[in-house]
Amino acid sequence: MISTDLFAFVYLVAGVLFIFGLKGLSHPESARRGNTMAMVGMALAVGITLMAPSVKSYGLILIAMGLGAVIGIIIAQKIDMKAMPQLVAAFHSLVGLAAVLVAIGTYLTHKEAGALDAVLMTELALGSFIGAVTFTGSIVAFGKLQEIFGSAPVTFKGQHMLNLAFGIAIVALGVVFVMTDNFEAFLLLTILSLIVGVTLIIPIGGADMPVVVSMLNSYSGWAAAATGFTLNNILLIITGALVGSSGAILSYIMCKAMNRSFISVILGGFGAEAGSEEDTAMADARKKGVKEAAVEDAAFMMANASKVIIIPGYGMAVAQAQHAVKEMTEVMQAKGVEVKFAIHPVAGRMPGHMNVLLAEADVPYDIVFEMDEINNEFTTADVALIIGANDVVNPDAKTLKSSPLYGMPIIEAYKARLVFICKRSMKPGYAGVENSLFFADNASLVFGDAKATCEKLAAALHDA
Amino acid sequence: MSMEWLTLSNLIVSASDQASLSPFMIGMIVFVLTCFVGYHVIWNVTPALHTPLMAVTNAISAIIIVGALLIVASESGGAWVEIVGFIGVLLASINLFGGFAVTKRMLAMFKKQKK
Repeated sequence: MISTDLFAFVYLVAGVLFIFGLKGLSHPESARRGNTMAMVGMALAVGITLMAPSVKSYGLILIAMGLGAVIGIIIAQKIDMKAMPQLVAAFHSLVGLAAVLVAIGTYLTHKEAGALDAVLMTELALGSFIGAVTFTGSIVAFGKLQEIFGSAPVTFKGQHMLNLAFGIAIVALGVVFVMTDNFEAFLLLTILSLIVGVTLIIPIGGADMPVVVSMLNSYSGWAAAATGFTLNNILLIITGALVGSSGAILSYIMCKAMNRSFISVILGGFGAEAGSEEDTAMADARKKGVKEAAVEDAAFMMANASKVIIIPGYGMAVAQAQHAVKEMTEVMQAKGVEVKFAIHPVAGRMPGHMNVLLAEADVPYDIVFEMDEINNEFTTADVALIIGANDVVNPDAKTLKSSPLYGMPIIEAYKARLVFICKRSMKPGYAGVENSLFFADNASLVFGDAKATCEKLAAALHDA
Repeated sequence: MSMEWLTLSNLIVSASDQASLSPFMIGMIVFVLTCFVGYHVIWNVTPALHTPLMAVTNAISAIIIVGALLIVASESGGAWVEIVGFIGVLLASINLFGGFAVTKRMLAMFKKQKK
């Protein structure tokens, strides 16, 4: 017979291993060991739980876990790195739904055992609410990222009032459930929470996606913590608090990097879908004095530079250009050019997305720098090469008070002696704002698909 | 020693004199303190690894499987409870194995420059 204290002790060990796991992520060198420690923690936690006296049969458990393991590992091996934000959103939805199911299951088992009380029921209502919002919210985020639904914000009149009404109804149903043990009220509360998950996320536009993904990360943690309270399980509470605070900090970092307040992101409506009038935009731009550069010219300047800084954006990922970028980097390095990468915190669609894509293409992590680390180096750079990034290099964010981007920290590519911008078209960026960098004296555009352009650049550099 | 400190230690002594804390209060203490631990640990994560951070926090939040396991194993509450618990374990397992596997795959990609 295993004592309750032993269970608690093993859970504590698992919790500490999780903390060390996250601590490992402070550096790429220690990160792999950290992940292994977290895995050991998880194995310990699941193992000891299976030894609980209340576990009477293993058949169903093994089937469910086996099936889950196969599905999970296949997805993890197959997934394209470009699709990481979608995958993370989809995984968050699973945690949310599991939290709802655990709340329902806990209610039913405790009712049969006659072990319901007001505290437990309040915790169940809260757990189900957070779980349900996480579930449907993540599905909407997944749909937007996967481009099943448009990424443009969906807003309608009275949206915030509707959400408020839903919120009040949920609280009222929660009170009814706790006071009268009315299971229908609990189910209705869960259904309304599922709807709120949708109405909370649909108004948030594409540009704010990194915040949404981080926010749902946080919610999935709070859902786990709430479940921990219902089960009086210390490990669930520890893990939930860690994940919840992690997601909250990431949301904060993302908001700061876009100079937006968390509230304004939640309220939504930012980032209109870019129009289809590309051709007229291009014609307009030519009239306004955008300079175009041939690939050979750009290659010549880069080959003769002593320092080149590359600024990748989501456009690089869409074009799958990271391997061509890596090739180009190698050719330049072979010619003695110092090559560095500059990453904006919100480049891509989730925190750290660009770093993973570059790592996938074998770009060593020690030449990849964060915005704050590298911004003061642009004045000494001969060439800044922008690949599929737009809003994050827009100097209007610093100078033009009327710009919607005003106040957002940017990568100061415009300070380089020459700026080349690889672009498919003159379409505005994710935020739907025009970029004055394109009209700057030291800037030239290289039109074309990012991948094709980088391949041509690599070839031209080779010959230069 | 200051007055406040004495009052505080009196409080602690009187609290430990009581038979036991409620499970809710124990949970609350753990929760609040872990939020502070989380705050300090997460700020130390290098921004380059923010995507793996999300993947691994996602994997560990699959710890919710513990709750689902206890439900499916309880053999009380009838068929519905079994079904609810089974789906719970399945979903959390996808998350657990998928989350750790994808984190491992990502972290393996981060390499230093060959000198």
